[in-house]
Amino acid sequence: MRLLEPLLIPLAALVVSLLLFGVFVALAGHNPLQVYHSIYRGAFGSWFSWQNTLVRASPLMLTAMCTALPARVGLIVIGGEGAVVVGALAAALVGIGLNGVFAPVAVIGLMLLAAMACGGLWVAAVGALRHYRGVNETISSLLFNYIAIAILNFLVIGPLRDPASLNKPASVPIGSDNMIGNIAESSVHWGLAYGLLACLTLWLVVRRSTMGFAMDVIGGNPRAAYLAGLPVGRLVILACLLGGAAAGVAGMLEVAAVHGRLSSSVNAGYGYAGILVAFLARHNPLAIIPVALLLGGIRASGGLLQRSHDLPDATVLVLQGIIFLVILASESLYGRTPLSQRPGVTR
Amino acid sequence: MSGRPRYALEGVNISKRFGHLRALEGVSLRLRRGSFHALLGENGAGKSTLVKCIMGYHRPSEGQFLIDEQEQSIDNPHEAHRLGIGMVYQHFTLIPNMSVAENLVLARPCLPARIDWRAETRRLREKLDALPFQVPLDAAINSLSAGEKQKVEILKQLTLDCRILILDEPTSVLTPDEADEVLGRIKAMTRETDLSVLIITHKFREVMHYADEVTVLRKGRAAGTTTVAGTTPAALAGMMLGCDPKRMPSTRREVAVREQVLDLERLTVLDDNGEPAVRGLSLSVAGGEIVGIAGVSGNGQRELVQALCGQRDIGAGCMRVQAERFRATREEIRRHHFRCLPEEPLRNACVPGMTIAENLALREFDRAPYARCGGWLNRAAIGARAAALIERFSVSPPVPAMPIGQLSGGNVQRAVLARELSGDVSVLIVANPCFGLDFAAVAEVRERIMSARNQGAAVLLVSEDLEEILELADRLLVMAGGRLVYETTPAAADLTLIGQHMAGH
Ligand SMILES: Nc1ncnc2c1ncn2[C@@H]1O[C@H](COP(=O)(O)OP(=O)(O)OP(=O)(O)O)[C@@H](O)[C@H]1O
Ligand SMILES: [Mg+2]
Repeated sequence: MRLLEPLLIPLAALVVSLLLFGVFVALAGHNPLQVYHSIYRGAFGSWFSWQNTLVRASPLMLTAMCTALPARVGLIVIGGEGAVVVGALAAALVGIGLNGVFAPVAVIGLMLLAAMACGGLWVAAVGALRHYRGVNETISSLLFNYIAIAILNFLVIGPLRDPASLNKPASVPIGSDNMIGNIAESSVHWGLAYGLLACLTLWLVVRRSTMGFAMDVIGGNPRAAYLAGLPVGRLVILACLLGGAAAGVAGMLEVAAVHGRLSSSVNAGYGYAGILVAFLARHNPLAIIPVALLLGGIRASGGLLQRSHDLPDATVLVLQGIIFLVILASESLYGRTPLSQRPGVTR
Repeated sequence: MSGRPRYALEGVNISKRFGHLRALEGVSLRLRRGSFHALLGENGAGKSTLVKCIMGYHRPSEGQFLIDEQEQSIDNPHEAHRLGIGMVYQHFTLIPNMSVAENLVLARPCLPARIDWRAETRRLREKLDALPFQVPLDAAINSLSAGEKQKVEILKQLTLDCRILILDEPTSVLTPDEADEVLGRIKAMTRETDLSVLIITHKFREVMHYADEVTVLRKGRAAGTTTVAGTTPAALAGMMLGCDPKRMPSTRREVAVREQVLDLERLTVLDDNGEPAVRGLSLSVAGGEIVGIAGVSGNGQRELVQALCGQRDIGAGCMRVQAERFRATREEIRRHHFRCLPEEPLRNACVPGMTIAENLALREFDRAPYARCGGWLNRAAIGARAAALIERFSVSPPVPAMPIGQLSGGNVQRAVLARELSGDVSVLIVANPCFGLDFAAVAEVRERIMSARNQGAAVLLVSEDLEEILELADRLLVMAGGRLVYETTPAAADLTLIGQHMAGH
């Protein structure tokens, strides 16, 4: 029965958020029901909107991991945005530098590795600061985001700027051969596969491996972990490293699948939305998949809301923000519902 | 007299089920007004569950409560307070860095937005003058001893004008002298005012000395209520178990001692504020002996145990196990068969949200057969081993998939014993192993510690219970101010001398 709780509470929170959002929409002078319908149509109403949704869901799956994995060892990391930017930067540098030097497959592979390494180390530093120096990981990861974004802006305006990019500063392209293409005839790029693969692999690691078990022990009670002699520091840093590596891949996708070059557009807020996805999914990598689809869908419907209701594009961000607040508020309900009064299997 | 109800609180046919588990089954309880009523029962008998139902933390599945002979439904703790019921929990709920007065004022429900501290303190003093306990109002909580803290907890309830006071194992953190003082005063209050007290305890001595009546729970059912005058500890023990208790004395066998199993060399350990709590402590424990460390709590014992268990860094000095330097890494723990039973096992040795099976696997999960192919868990093997251990150590309820945080205190201790004492043990660090355990469980735990010694383990037993040390230890050391200040053997022990050294003279 306890299995139901992690399902029902987020669902209830979603319903409450939609109601609150309805109030907001009504105050803005629109019919909430019609707006709900448009969100549905824009997200899942047709193959066209499904493709939009899927494109947005893949980076969310990856960035959510940057919050979900550290959460398993008890850290609240919100540094996904920074890892995305660093990953994008690393991928772009490799792509530009090796364009034409190696075959595209090799270039893509190296871009992937570079993005994972840099994103991973970026967030691992947050974990190390926390473990060895006691620096609050939430604050340091937030500050790391600002640093990453500042470095990005400096590079695209300065040293990396392509003189041909006039109105919007950007680097030179990584070359169209080095781009990750789309799946079959769709407009969905292969990044979706990366996201799904990451979720499934990390789910296996979290649920089935001894390492995942050790991480749960650390997250559940560090004292017990020390008692058992677990290498707490190493595992904390490793969880951050894996999370950061996943977010780094999201950055690489922005460069190698979407924009084809480095610009300030790679910093599109997927890192922050990933935090929300992770919390909604209760830091379970498998649950991240449907939640990322849901959030991807909400973000995809922004355009339609603008066209058919004349609501600003940012309206969906309001919905996203409301969901986040309600989800955080609902955290305190765990263990207090009638459902939790029954013993039995957890997780 | 007719208007004065005889019973302050009655529970009629209270049942409480957690899913399929029946924690309480048709329990009736009558608390006479102005009486001191004890609630006895084995670990897991449902005592805490019953009082939590009274306090409105749990809703009983069946049954009613009558307060002053009026039926009342107690839906939440606020409601309980409104009805004049107050409860003191086993663990302190005071805010450590605030003063006694602040803690007492803050406990009041419906505080005004702006607190007039002067007026509040005056009112508090007036109230306290009428109460039997005296505590320094300006002292910070963290400067008080456990006994004084417990008094503040009780005062907190009394200043809220409660007429029914429930105490869940209030004396487990107190020394016998402190317990006598606290219970004696409360007893006097029940005589002089119409305060009624319901107390959960595992100590027969306290029941026989202070209680008027006693209700015994056995496996969720009421096994009976009697007046204390008409019963004996042996009869109560029989009621708790449902049969005559069989004594299993810990038998000390002659074993060949092995030297140099656990050596501490000028160990210094810092407390949370960076002050030295353990100061250059040297000690060696041989295999096949139990060394007991006695002392008043707060003299560095906790920090010492944490350092030995790998939960706290060692500031200076070193620790050797079987003549090798020991840093409590997983590999060393395993090679040397190093085991720990820290105090408050749920807090210090378990992951409350993980299942019993997972907690039992904490030491072994990354080894075959629990791990396969370099790092994948074999949950079936983990579950099977858990089922076997649960059976062998009679953990109840025997449900491997239940979160360990839902077990009663005694059963958590059993589960941890099962994990730490199954298999070879060369070194065993034990701290206050019998806090909150019923008499049968106490005997069982002591027996297991003794048998680890008899099989050649070096046992370091840190305990605030001097009797426990005198019963178990081969050598007794007294710790005060972070140092070992006195050594003797239980046979030659002079209690006055030990007491003086414990007090730091
Ligand atoms: N929230 C809960 N969910 C499921 N089972 C519970 C819960 N709380 C208690 N139990 C079960 O109910 C039974 C009674 O527990 P309770 O804590 O009342 O025992 P107790 O008599 O206070 O024991 P102890 O002396 O060890 O404190 C135990 O079997 C325990 O596992
Ligand atoms: Mg209890």
